[in-house]
Amino acid sequence: MNIKTELCGLPLDNPIIPASGTFGFGQEYKDFYDLNILGSISIKGTTREARFGNPTPRIAECKAGMLNAVGLQNPGVKAVVDIELPELKKIYLKPIVANVCGFSLDEYVEVAQLMSEVENVGWIELNVSCPNVKHGGMSFGTDACCAAEVTSAVKAVSKKPVIVKLSPNVTDITEIALACQEAGADGLCLINTLLGMRLDLKNRKPLLANVTGGFSGDAVFPIALRMIYQTAKVCKIPIIGCGGVSTARDVIEMMMAGASAVQVGSANLINPFASKEIIEAMPKEMKKLGIQNLTDIIGVAL
Amino acid sequence: MTKGLYLIIRHERLTDNVYRLVVEGDTSSILRSGQFVNIEIERFYLRRPISISDYDGNTISLIYKVVGEGTEALTHYKEGREIDLLVGLGNGFDTDTVCHKPLVIGGGVGIPPLLKLTKELITKDKQPTVIICFNTKDEIFLYNEFKSLGVDVLVTTVDGSYGVKGFYSDAIKESGIKYDYYYTCGPLAMLKDIHSTLSVQGQISFEERMGCGFGGCMGCSHKTKSGYKRVCTDTIINSDEVLFD
Ligand SMILES: Cc1cc2nc3c(=O)[nH]c(=O)nc-3n(C[C@H](O)[C@H](O)[C@H](O)COP(=O)(O)OP(=O)(O)OC[C@H]3O[C@@H](n4cnc5c(N)ncnc54)[C@H](O)[C@@H]3O)c2cc1C
Ligand SMILES: Cc1cc2nc3c(=O)[nH]c(=O)nc-3n(C[C@H](O)[C@H](O)[C@H](O)COP(=O)(O)O)c2cc1C
Ligand code: FES
Repeated sequence: MNIKTELCGLPLDNPIIPASGTFGFGQEYKDFYDLNILGSISIKGTTREARFGNPTPRIAECKAGMLNAVGLQNPGVKAVVDIELPELKKIYLKPIVANVCGFSLDEYVEVAQLMSEVENVGWIELNVSCPNVKHGGMSFGTDACCAAEVTSAVKAVSKKPVIVKLSPNVTDITEIALACQEAGADGLCLINTLLGMRLDLKNRKPLLANVTGGFSGDAVFPIALRMIYQTAKVCKIPIIGCGGVSTARDVIEMMMAGASAVQVGSANLINPFASKEIIEAMPKEMKKLGIQNLTDIIGVAL
Repeated sequence: MTKGLYLIIRHERLTDNVYRLVVEGDTSSILRSGQFVNIEIERFYLRRPISISDYDGNTISLIYKVVGEGTEALTHYKEGREIDLLVGLGNGFDTDTVCHKPLVIGGGVGIPPLLKLTKELITKDKQPTVIICFNTKDEIFLYNEFKSLGVDVLVTTVDGSYGVKGFYSDAIKESGIKYDYYYTCGPLAMLKDIHSTLSVQGQISFEERMGCGFGGCMGCSHKTKSGYKRVCTDTIINSDEVLFD
């Protein structure tokens, strides 16, 4: 059984990558298991300056999922490059995915450039899809022209492959995906969270201090799968599937729909061993389904 | 932290809406009082954080109040059933601080973690005075457990139906007790009042809505004088670090 795959020309021991924002900078998980089992790790979305993020409550629950309005809390690109990435390198030996966010074109370019120079960064993941910040994030990812503009500007400076992480909060995901591909993106990651909200019935007010939050977890899987499928039908560049993955079967389903690698997000939060357990369960699931090489199934359903 | 299945060996009602759940399993990851567990409840996506009220070599005692759907569902869990817990979360109380007569002040479901704390303080040769605060007599729980430790226990009720009428501050005033430190857990308004009123240093236990409980999601951050901290990893903060907005 072969669970190896490839992402934008770089080999992956397996397709499983903990998703940005659910795995910190790796340190929180290092005592739970040896992180080197993971295909890669996508680090917390990083901006130019340090950010505290939104006021609390930032977390709400819903049926089969959750909402978050963290608002990109991170220590800023300098601290990430000087401290977090070297620290992560001590415990995780493979290339990582650097999730980059910004509030302006300049910021995206500057952060991506700095990150792409770091040795253990394998890919730049352009987060043009964070729904929890105003005047940035998602506003770049819901307009095809903006998304293309950021992509080509970052491509021009990045020394590493650029993967654009798309927002599902759009009418036609393929329009944005194609625009990014034309602008030179090396890959796509879909999906980020869906915009949602909850009320506090006792207070009769929105539960999250930010009012709205990003919806993720088991419940979003079919939406993510549909978007991967639609995008894989029209795009040539590789896709990282993400959204509601919690089992090896989910991974296989996403790969059949066209994903070359798969990110596991919220599942890590409710079971800190989720990513490891999924990797360990892959061979057994593959055997059941008669799959020899995982790469054979990428996009077979298209 | 350990994750595992824990066997429910006792589950009983203490008051109208407060329950005690005693589970059996690995407690080796619990290092201090004031730490918490994160409980998986069937059909609910997120786990529910509950403080460790007491523990020994192989049991953990939890005391929880029914406030919403998750805790309501938990009340139906029977003895003999297994539940999935993340155990040993949070930093816990530091009982090695220099003090002789600490006040231990708890309000409502902030009281449970103070039971093991008080035991630890006694082991470390300190002389704690416990003040536990409720709205009314019918809500009182853990009183006998504290009493049996042989420490002074003051009870307050807002309506005066038992003990001192009023709040923790009325108990201090009425009894004239001397203290040189404090430990507290309870409703935010009480924590704020203690922090601004008491002239000694202390440790304050915080609460926040959590995505993970172990530092992975940044869902629970709050500001302190020494920067941003996560409530799940730094649940208990020294009073001189605390910032209330
Ligand atoms: C570190 C810590 C220790 C705690 N210890 C205790 C304890 O010992 N005894 C006890 O009775 N309660 C304790 N709580 C509060 C307890 O976690 C909540 O009452 C419980 O999660 C409510 O769940 P629910 O499904 O009944 O409520 P719902 O309102 O239906 O829950 C919806 C969501 O909001 C979260 N939530 C709701 N209220 C709170 C709250 N006050 N704090 C954190 N999250 C909340 C839930 O976890 C869930 O994710 C503690 C909270 C924290 C953070
Ligand atoms: C608490 C939390 C924080 C997140 N932070 C980021 C982030 O910083 N950057 C990003 O690109 N996506 C972020 N995401 C989105 C996830 O990476 C992922 O795209 C989304 O949650 C869907 O996957 P899931 O259903 O497996 O969680 C975050 C998600 C959660 C739950
Ligand atoms: S609850 Fe996830 S970081 Fe604190």
